[in-house]
Amino acid sequence: MNPVDPVQASAPPKRDSATEISGAGARFGGAEPRAGRGRRPLGRGWVWAAVAAIPLAFLAVFFVWPVAALVSRGFFDAHGFNLSGVSEVMLAPRTWRIVGQTLAQAVVATIVAVLLGVPGAYLLYRCRFPGRRLLRAVVAVPFVLPSVVVGVAFRSLLAETGPLGFLGLGESFVAVVAALVFFNYAVVVRTVGVLWSRLDRRITEAARSLGASRTRVWWTVTLPALAPAIASSAALTFLFCASAFGVVLILGGASWGTIETEIWYQTTQLLDLPAAAALSILQLVVVAASLLAADLTRARQERALKLAGSPVEHRLRPADVPAAVLTAVVVLVGLVAPMATLVWRSLQTASGVGLGNYVALGVADGLPSVWQATLNSLATASVATVIALTLGVMVSYLLSRRPTSATGRRVLRLADAAFMLPLGVSAVTVGFGFLITLNRPPLDLRSSWLLIPIAQAIVALPLVVRSLLPTLRAIDPRLHQAAATLGATPARLVATIDAPLAWRGFGLAVGFAFATSLGEFGATTFLARPDRPTLPVEIFRLISRPGVENLGMAMAASVVLAVLTASVMAAAESIGPKEVSPW
Amino acid sequence: MVAGLGVDEVVVRYGELTAVDQVSLEVAPGEVVAVIGSSGSGKSSLLRAVAGLEPIVAGHLSWDGVDLSRVPVHRRGFAVMFQDGALFPHLNVGGNVGYALHREPKLDRATKVAELLELVGLAGYADRLVTELSGGQAQRVALARSLAAKPRLLMLDEPLSALDASLRERLVEVLAAGLRATDTPALYVTHDQDEAFTIADRVAVLSKGRLLQLAAPAELWRHPVDREVAEFLGYRPFLTSAETAELGWGSPPGQLVALGPDALVLDGNGVEVAVLAAVVGRGETGLEVELPTGQLATVRVKGVTERPARVCVRIDPEGCALLPLQ
Repeated sequence: MNPVDPVQASAPPKRDSATEISGAGARFGGAEPRAGRGRRPLGRGWVWAAVAAIPLAFLAVFFVWPVAALVSRGFFDAHGFNLSGVSEVMLAPRTWRIVGQTLAQAVVATIVAVLLGVPGAYLLYRCRFPGRRLLRAVVAVPFVLPSVVVGVAFRSLLAETGPLGFLGLGESFVAVVAALVFFNYAVVVRTVGVLWSRLDRRITEAARSLGASRTRVWWTVTLPALAPAIASSAALTFLFCASAFGVVLILGGASWGTIETEIWYQTTQLLDLPAAAALSILQLVVVAASLLAADLTRARQERALKLAGSPVEHRLRPADVPAAVLTAVVVLVGLVAPMATLVWRSLQTASGVGLGNYVALGVADGLPSVWQATLNSLATASVATVIALTLGVMVSYLLSRRPTSATGRRVLRLADAAFMLPLGVSAVTVGFGFLITLNRPPLDLRSSWLLIPIAQAIVALPLVVRSLLPTLRAIDPRLHQAAATLGATPARLVATIDAPLAWRGFGLAVGFAFATSLGEFGATTFLARPDRPTLPVEIFRLISRPGVENLGMAMAASVVLAVLTASVMAAAESIGPKEVSPW
Repeated sequence: MVAGLGVDEVVVRYGELTAVDQVSLEVAPGEVVAVIGSSGSGKSSLLRAVAGLEPIVAGHLSWDGVDLSRVPVHRRGFAVMFQDGALFPHLNVGGNVGYALHREPKLDRATKVAELLELVGLAGYADRLVTELSGGQAQRVALARSLAAKPRLLMLDEPLSALDASLRERLVEVLAAGLRATDTPALYVTHDQDEAFTIADRVAVLSKGRLLQLAAPAELWRHPVDREVAEFLGYRPFLTSAETAELGWGSPPGQLVALGPDALVLDGNGVEVAVLAAVVGRGETGLEVELPTGQLATVRVKGVTERPARVCVRIDPEGCALLPLQ
């Protein structure tokens, strides 16, 4: 205890005054709870500081620094501070056309995903029917598919020679929106579905017994209860859509670019850094706004979920037919058809149907073969997974604490937002930032292949944290307290309470880290060296080259990548809980 | 030096709110002290502070005279039993009970777990999942788990409040037996005074963070220190000596008379009062009467009866407590 205390104890009247004196009393009161608090004995502070410092340092060096360096390039030329480059970009009609396109694509895709996803959530989480597990799995797959694969799949579906070629949607706004919905349908279905499955049936029954029609119950009870989940999934969908890169690059062609593809175009094709920097700032604004919205709605949803009971579901009823039909159409046309077309086209060779394209993946014509690229990808993704998990466990554990002081809570909320930033900041910006900052002392990693897994880990970190955090936060603090009063040391507490209870979230985190790293394209495209490409980079190289054979190989490689990613997720899901939403 | 737990002028604050205000008490070896008070009285905060789960801003905690302020929760040896058990959901009953026995050889552990489960009346439950237990069974497991740790002090935070009344009466016996069998000193927090009187050697009454009285149950019941304690214990109404005179008892002047549940008895020679209502209970009826001086009081009558319009009553001094005037 405080050394002053015994003195005060012998003079009782002084005690009251001591705690009321604002200056000394506040310092006394501020420092004392920490020292007197049994949960934070001497020395624990260092552990916490280290746990916080390592991921923060990593994020500062491998995220903030490169991004800041790239952005600042826009404001400085050879003569010093100069706004002309940036203002030129800001005034260019092309810039605003691209910004408008980005927002339009994201908004339309978000609206469509929500309109289709809510009935899907109802069917998959509120109704019970044979094959529901399989259907849920099919719906979950697209979210983790690499963007390059999705781009190639939709291209094969909508190409003039493809099954839906007659629609003439080859490189179009509709194609991009369809692919974005394909990706994010699962986000809406899962986020809304999980909440919906936990909505207490008795609330709607009470409304019905009070004389409300089914329609009125939907508008006045069910929809308001689902609103936080719908808003949260919409904000995330918007975020993913606004920062989409690979899929837009492949599907949008020259005319339907977004800020993200434009940054890539300006840096790699035109080498116009001020333009890229200006666009990065615009992208940051868009992302920060949607991240803020997502954060607000997520906080509301976590509160709402706490109120919920055990899953509520019923057998499929005649009234559910519209939702069932709509969802069947979405799944068949929107999700299964692109993937089926991709597989089918990958089997078509100049000499008929066969495995020729897959055989060609093994051919190395001077450059590494696609199989070698696949091995590279697996190795890189493994390292990235280890990095992302190490950091993610630290960050999640830190963010799951419940500080007693208001300041502590505020700091924790800020940290929470900071670790989510990489989710939205353009992967292209990160990749290009790496190139211009980490290529000279003090940190020269230019020739190191380690750059790629580091970049992929940065991109995967938010998903890892989002997988671990809900399970860690769901652990009742009284379990910790009970264990501590039974004599468990802090280390034994982690080993016997936190680890077993968070284990399921851990499986999901491994899956997301590996799948995201495996399919990462935006940053990797800048960092992968020609003699050591990853699979997504190789697919993009193949699809950019003319010739039926290259296209066929791109299809085959995409199938390989999709199967790898889906297997990893399936393995992770088998230990991960179905009901915890990963974001 | 104080043997056992020493709580000396302890203060707990949440921001502006002072939850525990300079409370001092002791728990001697083998003794059970109950802390009672209404919700928000600070009784749970006091318990959490003693356990080390809540920081104290002033005062001292000690065990056998040794200061505890630098001792972390897990080294205090004070096991806490929570209101709903706080059982570890990923461990079975045996795993929960044996949680604190991890250093013992496996065979000894199994034996001890079995013994403890038998002590709380759950012999053979070791392999059950905790999610399959009823509320009462969960609390028995929580008790066994706490006792397994051989705590220097067991702290119980409203352990029976979530259970229904009949179960509560039976389990309080199980708790008392468990504490006696292991000779474990305990700090027992509850809002239920019957529970406290059954289990405790001494009872502390807390209100708004302050300790109002600490005494053995009989002493506390006979001599509450002031009107607030008496009210919490169930005394009502409070009469001056002039007012008791109207009921035919010349109580000592200068003292307030607190009427206990048995203070008014039917007596044909007593004072006639109007009966406003009759509340039927188990084997008795509570007649709500209006005293001559206007206060409402209850007369307990054996058996279940219809509401009479008027009855004659007198005061039985044995059922009253004398308090100082404000």
